[in-house]
Amino acid sequence: MANRAVAGPEVERLIQLLAKLPGLGPRSARRAALHLIKKKDQLLVPLAQAMGVAVDRVTVCQTCGTVDTCDPCTICSDPRRDTATIVVVEDVSDLWALERAGALNCRYHVLGGTLSPLDGIGPDDLTIDKLIERVAAGDVSEIVLAVNATVEGQTTAHYITDRLRGMDVKVTRLAHGVPVGGELDYLDEGTLVQALKARTSF
Amino acid sequence: MEWSADGIILATRKHGESSLILEAMTRERGRHLGLVRGGRSRRMQAALQPGNRVGLVWRARLDDHLGLYAIEPLELRAAQLMTSSTGVYGIQALAALLHFLPERDPHPQLHDGLEAIIAHLHEPLVAGALMVHFELQVLAELGFGLDLTECAATGRIDDLIYVSPKSGRAVCREAGLPYAPRLLPLPSFLAPEASPSHVGGMPSELAGRLPDRQALEDAFRLTGYFLDRHVLAPRLLQMSPARDGFVDAIKRHLQEAESG
Repeated sequence: MANRAVAGPEVERLIQLLAKLPGLGPRSARRAALHLIKKKDQLLVPLAQAMGVAVDRVTVCQTCGTVDTCDPCTICSDPRRDTATIVVVEDVSDLWALERAGALNCRYHVLGGTLSPLDGIGPDDLTIDKLIERVAAGDVSEIVLAVNATVEGQTTAHYITDRLRGMDVKVTRLAHGVPVGGELDYLDEGTLVQALKARTSF
Repeated sequence: MEWSADGIILATRKHGESSLILEAMTRERGRHLGLVRGGRSRRMQAALQPGNRVGLVWRARLDDHLGLYAIEPLELRAAQLMTSSTGVYGIQALAALLHFLPERDPHPQLHDGLEAIIAHLHEPLVAGALMVHFELQVLAELGFGLDLTECAATGRIDDLIYVSPKSGRAVCREAGLPYAPRLLPLPSFLAPEASPSHVGGMPSELAGRLPDRQALEDAFRLTGYFLDRHVLAPRLLQMSPARDGFVDAIKRHLQEAESG
């Protein structure tokens, strides 16, 4: 049976757009839309205003490739950050995850994806050239490759390492091993082998 | 419809928010795709990496449907592959080569060859030699096999050092010398006495007849030429960057080994 419209076209349009967000399907989009409409003053109006501001002001940092409302971004323009270390990530969400961890007070470089020959994504589709330019400009002593532990991610890591060969910079990558809360019995053999190889003194 | 088989994962593609489409090479059913529900979950991600050997159960209402895969991890080798550049480039170059085969068309020799290469991708010299044999095998399975068993001009079966770029047949030193600049060099490890089974199947034993760097470069030029001519150019495609990366990684490794 075809879906019948339950409200005017404006509300239906809102539901359709919400349904395109990650994690939301048509049913949950209806619930979200209804919730927003019911809380018009507390939620709908501020959300619309925030989105309007985001549309006007959000931009991509020309230095590192992250999104912010200023260019250079807050991270790149922060003088307290270590300029000698650049952490290379695939996507902005990875940068945000590392910032949540707060382990390094450094700068970043967002690649915008990974190399994937099967999908036709090559080096020119990523910001690898810009990374090489940043390193060549000097002042960088370490590149931390914080890419995903997938074949595509590691292909990208190897490619970047090859491109940086001969430049005066140390290239490191994240360790592969047992996650916190992980039980050995449930880990795949490959991860266990990597964890054992990278064992440290206790 | 339902069948079960072991398969080697070639590639995955995201589908929706939680599922993915898995492409696997099986011995009896060739390159076969299927949907894995929940394949992007944290629990499944490690198993669904290219290069891993998995048990597959495929179910669909009709034979020509995409179908659903149920996966059982058997041999998880992806983490090992990720440690070397020949590993990561190699598995993607192999997947790109196998893309030229029609789906669901069985190629048991290529399946066995794939298994052999993956087991040796961390050894650059062996992996390089096996990859060349694999490319020759792919050409043969696509109907463009090279005849390296005897000289196209004289019928001799020894001293074969050239390949004709026109016919794809071997040429002996004596007959080929006047045309040498126009012929492709045939590395000795591909000559029939060194590799008697190169057309019929992947050589099972490479020990003692591994190529040197120059021979590997010549071999990749030879297979690259015929892949481009018969497989890529008619489809208006370029050579996979993964293959270039694999060849470069091997060259670099061998150069480093030579310079100590």
